[in-house]
Amino acid sequence: MFPKGTKRKFSDGEEVPDENPADIKVMSSYNLQRQSLLDMSLIKLQLCHMLVEPNLCRSVLIANTVRQIQEEMTQDGSWTIMAEALNSNQSPSDCLVATEILCRPSPKDQDEEKPFSVISYEGCDSVSCHSEEVVDDSLCEPSSEAPTYLPISIGTWEKEDQKENSEEESEEDSKPEEQVFGTFEIKNPTATPDPALDELFSDVDTSYYDLDTMLTGMQSSPKMGPYDLLDSLSSHSQSISSNSGCRPDLNELDHIMEIIVGS
Amino acid sequence: MAGVGGGNDFQWCFAQVKGAIDEDVAEADIISTVEFNYSGDLLATGDKGGRVVIFQREQESKNRPHSRGEYNVYSTFQSHEPEFDYLKSLEIEEKINKIRWLPQQNAAHSLLSTNDKTIKLWKISERDKKAEGYNLKEEDGRLRDPFRITSLRVPVLQPMDLMVEASPRRIFANAHTYHINSISVNSDHETYLSADDLRINLWHLEITDRSFNIVDIKPANMEELTEVITAAECHPNQCNVFVYSSSKGTIRLCDMRAAALCDRHTKFFEEPEDPSSRSFFSEIISSISDVKFSHSGRYMMTRDYLSVKVWDLNMENRPVETYQVHEYLRSKLCSLYENDCIFDKFECCWNGTDSAIMTGSYNNFFRMFDRNTRKDITLEASRESSKPRGILKPRKVCTGGKRKKDEISVDSLDFNKKILHTAWHPKENVIAVAATNNLYIFQDKIN
Repeated sequence: MFPKGTKRKFSDGEEVPDENPADIKVMSSYNLQRQSLLDMSLIKLQLCHMLVEPNLCRSVLIANTVRQIQEEMTQDGSWTIMAEALNSNQSPSDCLVATEILCRPSPKDQDEEKPFSVISYEGCDSVSCHSEEVVDDSLCEPSSEAPTYLPISIGTWEKEDQKENSEEESEEDSKPEEQVFGTFEIKNPTATPDPALDELFSDVDTSYYDLDTMLTGMQSSPKMGPYDLLDSLSSHSQSISSNSGCRPDLNELDHIMEIIVGS
Repeated sequence: MAGVGGGNDFQWCFAQVKGAIDEDVAEADIISTVEFNYSGDLLATGDKGGRVVIFQREQESKNRPHSRGEYNVYSTFQSHEPEFDYLKSLEIEEKINKIRWLPQQNAAHSLLSTNDKTIKLWKISERDKKAEGYNLKEEDGRLRDPFRITSLRVPVLQPMDLMVEASPRRIFANAHTYHINSISVNSDHETYLSADDLRINLWHLEITDRSFNIVDIKPANMEELTEVITAAECHPNQCNVFVYSSSKGTIRLCDMRAAALCDRHTKFFEEPEDPSSRSFFSEIISSISDVKFSHSGRYMMTRDYLSVKVWDLNMENRPVETYQVHEYLRSKLCSLYENDCIFDKFECCWNGTDSAIMTGSYNNFFRMFDRNTRKDITLEASRESSKPRGILKPRKVCTGGKRKKDEISVDSLDFNKKILHTAWHPKENVIAVAATNNLYIFQDKIN
């Protein structure tokens, strides 16, 4: 039922395909598969290997897959629907917080109701319902409702595709995406704090960070080793000045620090 | 040399297996590379723990003319240690990615071993004599009081138990920002190349503080990165030619005489995509995991996820031969993507006469293809099917429908048992197959 409605919305003005139930079922099953593949890919990109550098070849292949799906979804219009659905549920700063949670092995995970699985899309028969489930399945607090991982790796390519597809998409369509993705322009790790520190490391090749940051969505500049992971938790949330939504999380961080420090 | 078997005249037999029998596999013991030297008398393995183990073939004894020499441990040494990159706060794994032997120039043997960042040249030498009767020191090493020395003698060389020593002679470091995936010794025996995800460097074996960058595919803006280098190799007899493969399924052949920086290829090999089999996984499965020149230098072989392709260097638009390794996995690509198996990098190798090729698969299966007869065979490297000099039984995977006896269904395959590394003796029908932490040696049956 719902996919039918969604399909009509997309094909507004276009020739409506034969309303063969079998066809529509095939289409929605394809859409679901595609969506599930997209989610799986994004999660793969997000799961940062905290100690060892991620395999660049694997990251590039997954990122290319994501881009391919996104291009196809942009062409048949389902990308905008998903973006809108997500956009209505979240605020930018929550995304930042949630991503940070996603990448750290925090005791908070035990509180999660759902296991960190991606592929459980049976019974979900609509694109938007689907996205919400995706949201819940991510490692964010249920209350923060943030899609987190989605835009980061895609955001940068999304910009390029925006230019290419500008004739196809109306301005209205691109705006929600801009809003969703615009906050994730953390491509340059040196954008974070200390200018003096930047000077010190100005000759360091940060190019690896760029791709790394983009593909894995981590905003803190260097990858965190086991020793400074906890150190960076509290400082990180303070250093992101634009991040006003971190406050609920600061309490969590303080709590964790207390436990660790034993005070 | 005979072919791959299946006929009445040729069969593969189990010869030896090296490694622990435990079900619990220590991560450090997982074999990550296997390589015969030029004569085939030495077989080197590298593991995830950074160790290199070299096996040497026993001389064939005249008492047992029907048994080929066994491979026994010759030398074991720690090649690489884990390191920590403080600038990036990341560990550098000690896993040995590749070993390549250097041609033997004197009594000692030399090889190059590499992890993600550093290449080392190791010299392995034998010592079977020691000098005794020094003038200035006692046998236990204590210095003698010079005033007590009343006569001079000439030290005499006495035989001792064979000692094999490995020493690092050169360390080629700090030249790779990304992870090294290949090293290849040039036919000039003076230079070698090392390739990481985005760059290829040319080294001189004697010079460690400098290398020449000959390929650089890093885009100015890393966000535009869509393709990486996956493997590289020097041509076996043209010292100016090398090839490198990419994650998009292409191979570029470069001539170092053309320019200092070989960013523009001389030849570009790519098979046009079959539009009917296109899926979201098409690019991933087209990514080439290994490229090897034939011994003749006329052909090269590439391994992608599902197939092995043989290319004629004179024809760029398609391979001359394609062999399906495990086509039954094509319908399982989504699951294999989910569990990351789709990113497994299988290697491939030629036999000494280039008449046969071999590559690994899952469930400890490995496959051989005879290029002349077009026959292929699937064999298994496992303790159960390895009786001393037992003939290996061909295995078959059932793709659907009724499963015959002795066949195994696709869903029963163990994807944790993968054979990524295999090597073929340069002159004989002896093969080395690495199955996780065990090394199997098989040879043809001597009638």
